Amino acid sequence: MCLGIPGQLTEISDVHEHLARVDVSGVTRVINIALLQDEALEAGDWVLIHVGFAIARIDEEEAAFALASLQLIGEAYDDELDGFWSTEKASETTDS
Amino acid sequence: MESSACQEIDVRFVDEYRDPKAARALVAHITELAGTDDFKFMEVCGGHTHTIYRHGIEHVLPANVELVHGPGCPVCVIPMGRVDDAIAVSKEPGVIFTTFGDMMRVPGSQGNLLQAKAEGADVRFVYSPLDALNIAIDHPDRSVVFLAVGFETTAPSTALTLLAARDKGVSNFSVFSNHVTIVPPLRAILESPDLRLNGFLGPGHVSTVVGQRPYRFVPAEYGLPLVTAGFEPLDILHAIAMLLEQIREGRCEVENQYSRVVHEDGNPRALAILADVFELRPHFEWRGLGFISQSGLKLRPEFSAFDAELRYDIPGVRVADPKACQCGEVLKGVIKPWECKVFGTACTPETPIGTCMVSSEGACAAYYNFGRMHREAAVTLGRRSTIGA
Repeated sequence: MCLGIPGQLTEISDVHEHLARVDVSGVTRVINIALLQDEALEAGDWVLIHVGFAIARIDEEEAAFALASLQLIGEAYDDELDGFWSTEKASETTDS
Repeated sequence: MESSACQEIDVRFVDEYRDPKAARALVAHITELAGTDDFKFMEVCGGHTHTIYRHGIEHVLPANVELVHGPGCPVCVIPMGRVDDAIAVSKEPGVIFTTFGDMMRVPGSQGNLLQAKAEGADVRFVYSPLDALNIAIDHPDRSVVFLAVGFETTAPSTALTLLAARDKGVSNFSVFSNHVTIVPPLRAILESPDLRLNGFLGPGHVSTVVGQRPYRFVPAEYGLPLVTAGFEPLDILHAIAMLLEQIREGRCEVENQYSRVVHEDGNPRALAILADVFELRPHFEWRGLGFISQSGLKLRPEFSAFDAELRYDIPGVRVADPKACQCGEVLKGVIKPWECKVFGTACTPETPIGTCMVSSEGACAAYYNFGRMHREAAVTLGRRSTIGA
């Protein structure tokens, strides 16, 4: 769906293609950070992720609030997470 | 007896909030500011609708402060004829039709995308437009179409995907754009005679892209305050308090309650990317609101090779909503979900008649899943649906 999921960058995996690995609740996948390319993101930074793209930089406190709110939403959040992880494999081909 | 049972309900909601003490203080402040006048504030963000129902915010507010849900769900505003167009494209030979999950069950006039898939169309769920592009790269013998839906929150992601498609020379990928922008429906609501509003809660994530400036016409031309709000229940309560403070102090402006995430200028990079790839259609049809000028995004001529509307024959037939469907009125905030004649009976999440019930951000789905029990409990306990004094 279209929720914003909080995640923490673990690695900038491809500077030129604006790709980064991000950890969401213990699972990592690749996302696109081109929309925030002017923010000099680095590993450890928190972002809001929407349809596979980082759309806003947030701090850790905000990430915790966002996560708590989303978890209360329940099923819609689970569906969003399922979507986020289900296409992990597809996103890998962007690297090549 | 009744009042302590009532107390239980608000305590249960408020205790779920991150800081119940702060929540109670905000509610007291709101109640004091509202006094004996009636207020109607509209929110235009599917995420806000969800938070409000999920956290019972309407039950925590005083009865004279009412929240109205506007057209904040970009799936919900897609008219049936446009869904028919999407289904027609999905049935074209060689097409792999990709879409976000909640578009799969939106009803067209002859069924939905999921049913088209059952009938043999290759319809696939994707989480991201980049996933659709990767499918195109992996299947050079097929034509991949991506059904693009969403406000300015999502459109930059589609734009980046198109830029990547062009840069990589992908020739079997196209986008069927149903992106819409937030300002025109706000204006349409303000121009509508159906509704008397006292202010708006500005959308959260759309604002990360567009910033705060686009909303200035609301106080400037219509004399109503707008406060952009975050997604926590406390954020929404805080934003409502800020709206009431403005009104009581005789101010009328755009304020940003969600300043920890939303910047005044939004995201200039995202806006530039949008402008590179998309342009405004002269007009676009919205479910329930009719044709609104300059409200829809289409691909710029430089990207016409990726435009599904140019690649395929789109029927483009206008289809009226079913007679029983009152989505239009719900989307404009004229009626509440439970006031729709088919809510919960003929129209449920399992058997949706209209879009407000299909998308999990839609007012009816949100209310059905979260709001009903709270309201029914309140009514059963002998109170109105919101807490009285």
